[in-house]
Parts: sequence; structure tokens; C-alpha cells
Amino acid sequence: MGKHDMFMTDVLIIGAGLAGERAAIESARGGLNVILLSLVPPRRSHSSAAQGGMQAALGNTVMGKEDNPYVHFIDTVKGSDWGCEQDVARLFAETAPIVMREMACWGVPWTRVTTEPRIYDGKEINEEAEKVGLISARNFGGTAKWRTCYTADGTGHTVLYTMDSMVMKYGISVHDRVEALSLIHDGETCYGAIVRCLRTGKLRIYTAKSTVIATGGYGRLYGASTNAVINEGSGMSIVLDTGVVPLGNMEAVQFHPTGIVPSWILITEGARGDGGYLLDKNRYRFMPDYEPDKKELASRDVVSRRMMQHIRAGYGVDSLYGSHLWLDIRHLGAKHINTNLREIANICRQFNGIDPVHELIPVRPTQHYSMGGIRTNIHGQAYGLKNLYALGEAACWDLHGFNRLGGNSLAETVAAGKLIGARIAEFTKDVASNVSFSVVEEHLYIQQTKIDRLCSGKSGTENVYELCNKMQDVLSHHVGIFRTEGPLQEAVSMLRELHERSLYIGLRSAEGGANPELGLALRLPGMIRLALCITKGALKRQESRGSHFREDFPKRDDVNWLKRTLAYWPKDAKEPVLRYEPVKITELPPGDRGYGEANARSKSALK
Amino acid sequence: MEESGMTLFVVLNKIREEQDPTLRFDFVCRASICGSCGILVNGRPTLACRTLTKDLPDLTTLLPLPVFKLLGDLSIDTGIWFREMSIHTESWVHNDEKFDLTAQEERMDNEIALMIYEAERCIECGCCIGGCMMTNLKPNFIGAAGINRVARFMMDPRDKRSNQKYFEVIGNKEGVFGCIGLLACDDNCPVAVPLRGQITYVRRKMASVGWKMK
Ligand SMILES: Cc1cc2nc3c(=O)[nH]c(=O)nc-3n(C[C@H](O)[C@H](O)[C@H](O)COP(=O)(O)OP(=O)(O)OC[C@H]3O[C@@H](n4cnc5c(N)ncnc54)[C@H](O)[C@@H]3O)c2cc1C
Ligand code: SF4
Ligand code: SF4
Ligand code: FES
Repeated sequence: MGKHDMFMTDVLIIGAGLAGERAAIESARGGLNVILLSLVPPRRSHSSAAQGGMQAALGNTVMGKEDNPYVHFIDTVKGSDWGCEQDVARLFAETAPIVMREMACWGVPWTRVTTEPRIYDGKEINEEAEKVGLISARNFGGTAKWRTCYTADGTGHTVLYTMDSMVMKYGISVHDRVEALSLIHDGETCYGAIVRCLRTGKLRIYTAKSTVIATGGYGRLYGASTNAVINEGSGMSIVLDTGVVPLGNMEAVQFHPTGIVPSWILITEGARGDGGYLLDKNRYRFMPDYEPDKKELASRDVVSRRMMQHIRAGYGVDSLYGSHLWLDIRHLGAKHINTNLREIANICRQFNGIDPVHELIPVRPTQHYSMGGIRTNIHGQAYGLKNLYALGEAACWDLHGFNRLGGNSLAETVAAGKLIGARIAEFTKDVASNVSFSVVEEHLYIQQTKIDRLCSGKSGTENVYELCNKMQDVLSHHVGIFRTEGPLQEAVSMLRELHERSLYIGLRSAEGGANPELGLALRLPGMIRLALCITKGALKRQESRGSHFREDFPKRDDVNWLKRTLAYWPKDAKEPVLRYEPVKITELPPGDRGYGEANARSKSALK
Repeated sequence: MEESGMTLFVVLNKIREEQDPTLRFDFVCRASICGSCGILVNGRPTLACRTLTKDLPDLTTLLPLPVFKLLGDLSIDTGIWFREMSIHTESWVHNDEKFDLTAQEERMDNEIALMIYEAERCIECGCCIGGCMMTNLKPNFIGAAGINRVARFMMDPRDKRSNQKYFEVIGNKEGVFGCIGLLACDDNCPVAVPLRGQITYVRRKMASVGWKMK
């Protein structure tokens, strides 16, 4: 161990996006030593890319009048298709307004209420004079009220910059350009992590009384994703690799209705929230036919399915990159587009060479968010290992069930950060640091051996990029928006084969150090294991709920499936072992969402 | 291999996958949001991820941005530079009021919120720093991004620092008086932060403090 840098701390937080940083601040304010780890400088974390906004029932705008946490709670439960933990959703909805105001105090330049009239869906909206200067809100899908707080077109950016400024204010240590490779644990307790420095390639040891995973989502398991290229799910896979901690509901994958074709960069829901339409190849606005009430603003799972349904019915626009539909925001006008939707306008101009003030935007549903993740209780404690926590997109706290509402994820990161951060501070005080060196050495040895084997050139001949591309193809084609038994079964066997092959990767560059090929070779087997958890979960769940849609089981089945999947990966297993637990229903019994295929007024997805 | 929508992000990844697996470069969002990919394209600082290959001449040179610590090939340590600058300029809202969990938020005029946002939009890509003559000559100069960062907090009514306090940090040659006003930075900013205006604003404020002190 002598040649490795070693760090000791009270709280080790892996991930410096919004969730990790907010938890770090709360722990530091509780008097603990905290180290934050990140693959990239914290401000480049994927949280910065969220443009739309975050939900909190402040009720300052006319269209949000009489909003309150209870209404937010109901929207969230319906959005989740009754898959969420209702006590978590309630706690979240009540905390969201507080954290929004706290972020205002810390420096977020929230867009504020003004008396300038807005035009929405043909109507003029005038705000009340007494609300001027309070935090404003915009409309997002699946909500009864306008409650998505935002800063112009850069919500995630400003909230993350403000959060990071507080991390600096509190003097919290940040180690960037590092990658956690495995957790140090003895099957009962977690003691920290083995980490690779991405500047030098050297391994480091971090020991901690409490270890926290806030590593975000796994979008890049799918080829076409709105996610940043670093979102490879490594936090989830190192937890899965312990063998004792389960991942919850991994089959619940969100597809966002509007990824731009062909770079799959996100066009935020704000575009539809502000009044944008979806059009087909005949320039016909089709959503009102399927969803007469919510139209373009039904929940994301529903809009994405409706779009694919419409494309399958032959109304898609053909292109080199497959069929797509159009997003039309022209009627919002140049002024609105160039200020409130400026980022979208820039993306269209820079990446597609089109001007959305005058032209249509090509869009198709694209992998966007992982509802599933490291299963924790309401305090953020992971199942199965003591002193291990998880929060943010990496976790399955379970606020989102089978579909997350737009604007609820950023709000979750900050609300959970505050709540769980406080718990971490409280619980860590009672932990004695008593990690045994043999445990540390054992985990260090496993990682060092893997690296040495890969660098020796004797580990095999498989090409890491080829395997990675294959895995992405399998998920995109077989585990997408519409799912059926046959293709899912095929996907399981293809992924099993890829997993086997990923254990015999041959690097084309024997270079150790910070070699990016080596980095991917270390991650890929874990990524394929996550892909197997997603696919097997989807295969076994014989119902349709939220984003999980089985063509062979198109109805939600509360009798058999009002439960959460827990995927474990026991040591040396070839596939995950699935168990189930009940979903906590405290206030709102399962019912009709008011939109989607089960709704009386909307058209069925299956002919 | 020219295709519409082909960017340097696509090209560099292809090269890594097919030719040089050790090639080092940085991309995160690949959507000109995160600021990871500042490089010199034919001598000009810009974001690689939003550089379309169809806009480039047949022979194109890619170089890492100067000023920043080189990590390898096109990868530079902008993160550390910006963190040090932010800590040096104490880039956070200085306000000792305790947050009241139950109170309504303080009001803010939306025009002020938008003004702060204009400055806050900087994505820390380093293009203004890499292309500035003065940062190249004097590594301690905080550069346009640094001056803009200070402007962001100066115009924020929630930050209770006095002009005098700011002056102690940036009223010198490493700070706002290190700038010689040639404004390459303003042209180079890929997200069009109004750097010219911000530099003028901070310089004017600091000059008046300096004047009073004499
Ligand atoms: C394009 C886009 C737009 C979005 N817009 C919205 C929106 O408008 N509203 C909304 O509510 N939600 C939105 N979302 C979702 C939301 O942005 C994310 O769910 C949320 O930001 C996740 O935050 P996080 O802190 O959990 O993770 P992230 O911000 O992804 O941070 C993860 C952190 O973990 C680090 N990390 C990862 N793996 C490792 C490792 N192995 N070792 C060390 N560090 C590691 C990373 O470096 C990073 O610092 C959007 C998502 C996308 C893709
Ligand atoms: S005006 Fe010139 S000297 Fe001043 S920061 Fe910009 S590029 Fe540098
Ligand atoms: S001011 Fe512009 S050029 Fe300079 S770092 Fe910020 S975004 Fe980049
Ligand atoms: S990769 Fe994020 S700005 Fe280029």
C-alpha cells in the first residue's frame, strides 16, 4: 500500500453534481470533514446541462395559484404510475419550496415574476402586481399547476454554479479527475473506495466513516442518449459489485420526447411547456388526437410512446438517421425564442444549421433518465451495507417510480441533498473509524491486478470499443420504448455473451497511466452488468407501468406488479438475481393518471 | 467521412476508437454547455464539440489552449485554474443573514436577475483566457473570465461586499488593471458573455475606489 496515496475523511462523497455537492454542504455544516470526488471539475457535471427547471410548489404565478405541496405530491405519484414511495414523495414535495428559497439566498438568479404579459396557447396571461419580484414558474408536463422554477435557459448551470460556490465557501475539499473503481467493504460495512487518478492513472485509497454515491445516471449505456458522455453508471455498478446491495427498478428508463436528430442533444421540455407543438410529416399537430386534455404536455413516457406510435403508423419524416417528427416553436416569436429558449435556438443553429424562429426542429424520443438506481431507504441509506448512502439520479430513493416528471430531478437532487446530508451528518458522528488494513489491501489488490493484467497485453483480444458499441445497440433496439418478450430474451443472451467477452479485452495500447482505452476497459464489464439488470428486470415485469411498456402486457397490473424490482449480482454470477419488495402507499391508492393509454378520453396505443 | 452535423467531437472520438486509443481530449456534454472542450482550432480558441467539420479548411490544426496546465494531447487542466481563480476572488455571495426556512423569498427585480444571469452564463471554457495576450504573458492575471466573475457578484444585491473589499482583491495588475483592453476575449467567448461591457463596468468601479484612496 505504501506507494499509493491515502486519504482519510469522515464523509467521502463520490460525485460532485448537485446531489453530491448539496449533501457535502450539509455534512460540512454539521461539523464533519468531507471530500468530494468527481470525474470532471464539479461545474462540468451533468447537472449543469439541465436547462428546463426545477419543481417546487411556490404558487407565485397566476397559473400556479393555489398550488401546494400536496398537489405536487399527487402529480408526482400519478407521474410515477404509482411506482414511487409515497412517504418519500410527500417529504420531497414539502422540502422543495424551502430549498428553492435557500438557493435564492445563496445566489441563484431565478427568473422572477413580472407584469409583462405572456401569451400561452393563444391566451394572454397577466401576473398579479403583488407577486412581482417573487420566484416565477413555467409549465412542465404532467403537472396540474405551473410550478417549474427556472433561470432563463440555464437552470442546472446556475444552480450548480451557486452550489459549487457554497462548496468553496465552506472550504470543502474537491478532488477532480478521479474515478472510483470499487468500494472498500467486508460484506457488512462500507469503509471507502479505491479510486483511479485520471491525471496519472495511479490508484488511491480513500477511507471514510460514511461513503456516499452521487454519481448520476447511466444514459450512455444506450447509444442515443441526451446524457453527457461521462454518464456511464459507474457509481451504480461499483455498488452492484459488492454483491450485497441491490439496484431498484432498473427497467424504469425514461425516454425524453425531444432529442434532436442526429446528435441526440436535448431540446428541453420548456419548449413544449412554453407552447411548442409536435407535428408529423404532413405538418399536422397530432398530439391532441391522442391526448385531448394534456396534448404535448402529458407525462414524458406517454408523449414518447405516442410519438413512436405515430411514427409506426407511417406519419414519421424519413431521414438518414431513421424516422423522426417535428417540433414547432415558430409561433412563440423571435423575442421569446432568443431569450427564454436561447439555448435551444443555439443548439439548433450550431448543430443542425437551422433557425427555429423560421424552421422546424427534427426530434425523436431519446434515452434521458434513469429512475432506477441504488436502492436506499428514506434516509438515503443503501440496503445491505452499513455506512453507505446514495442520492440523486444514481439512487432509487424512490421518488419517481416508473416515470419521473420533468423538473422533479433537479429538485430531488437539492431536496435529497439537504435531507440526506443532514442524516449523514447525524449518523456519521456515531461511527468509529476502524477499517482493517487487510480489507483495504484486498480491494486494492483486486483493482491493481485488473489493471496489470490489461496492461500486460495478456488478458485477451476483444476490442473494447466494439463491445461497447454492441451493448449500446442491444439496449437501443431491444430494450427501448416498446418492449416484448422475444426481443428481451434475445437481449439477455446477447448481453450475457458480451459480458463474458468483456472479461477478455485486449488493449491496443499497452500504455498504463491515464490511458482512456484502459479506463473504458475497466468500466465496461460493470456497464454490461447494469444493462443486464435493466433487461432482465424488463423481461420479468409482465405489465406496463410508466415508462416500462410491454406490448404483450399493455395494462398496468396492480394485483401482481405493484412492487419494486431489486436486482442483486452475487459474486461470480452470470446474471442478476431479482427479488421484489412492496411499494409504499400511504395516501393515494392506485388510480387513473388522467392521461396515457388507460385514460378514457385518449386513444389506445395498440390497434 | 464528411456527414452533415459532423463535429470535432465525432471526429476525435473516431480517431481514438479507430487509430490512436491513447489520444487524450476532454468532452462531457458535447452540446456547448459544460465548457470542457476549449481548444485552438487553426489558432483560434473555440469549443471543439460545436465546431462543424464542414466549416473547416482541408488542412486543420488542433492545439491545446495555452496558459492552462497541459495534461496530454488536447487535454488541459481548466478546472483547477478556474477553481483557484474563484477561490482567490471569493466567488460566492457574501451575506451573513441566516436563512429562514419559513419566510417567503426576498424579492428581486427580474431585470437584475437577468443581468446577473448574463454574467453567470460563463461556462469556464477558458477560450478568453487562452486567447488573451496578457494571461499568456502574466500567468497570475485573472483574465476576462475572472473579471466577469467579479462583475457577477458586484451587481448582485445579495452580496454585501463593499467596493473597497473588491478593490483589495482585484484593484491591481493581477486583477482588473492588468487588462489592456484589446478585447480578443470578447470575440472569442463561445457563449457570447458580454465581456467588453463587464470589463468596463468593473474597471470603472475599481478606478473610482482607487481614486478615492489617493
Ligand atoms: C440534457 C438534460 C437536461 C435535463 N434537464 C432537466 C431539467 O430541466 N429539470 C430536471 O429536473 N432534471 C433535468 N435533467 C435531469 C437532471 O439534470 C439530472 O438527473 C441531475 O442533474 C442528476 O444530478 P446528480 O447530482 O445526481 O448527478 P450528476 O450531475 O450527473 O453528477 C454526477 C457526478 O458524479 C461524478 N462521477 C460519476 N461517476 C464517478 C466515479 N466513478 N468516480 C468519481 N466520480 C464520479 C461525476 O463526475 C459528477 O460529478 C436533465 C438531464 C439531461 C440529460
Ligand atoms: S481585453 Fe484583452 S487583455 Fe483584457 S482580458 Fe480581454 S483579451 Fe485579455
Ligand atoms: S467568459 Fe466566455 S470564453 Fe471566457 S471562460 Fe467564460 S465562457 Fe469561456
Ligand atoms: S463538451 Fe461540453 S462544451 Fe464542449
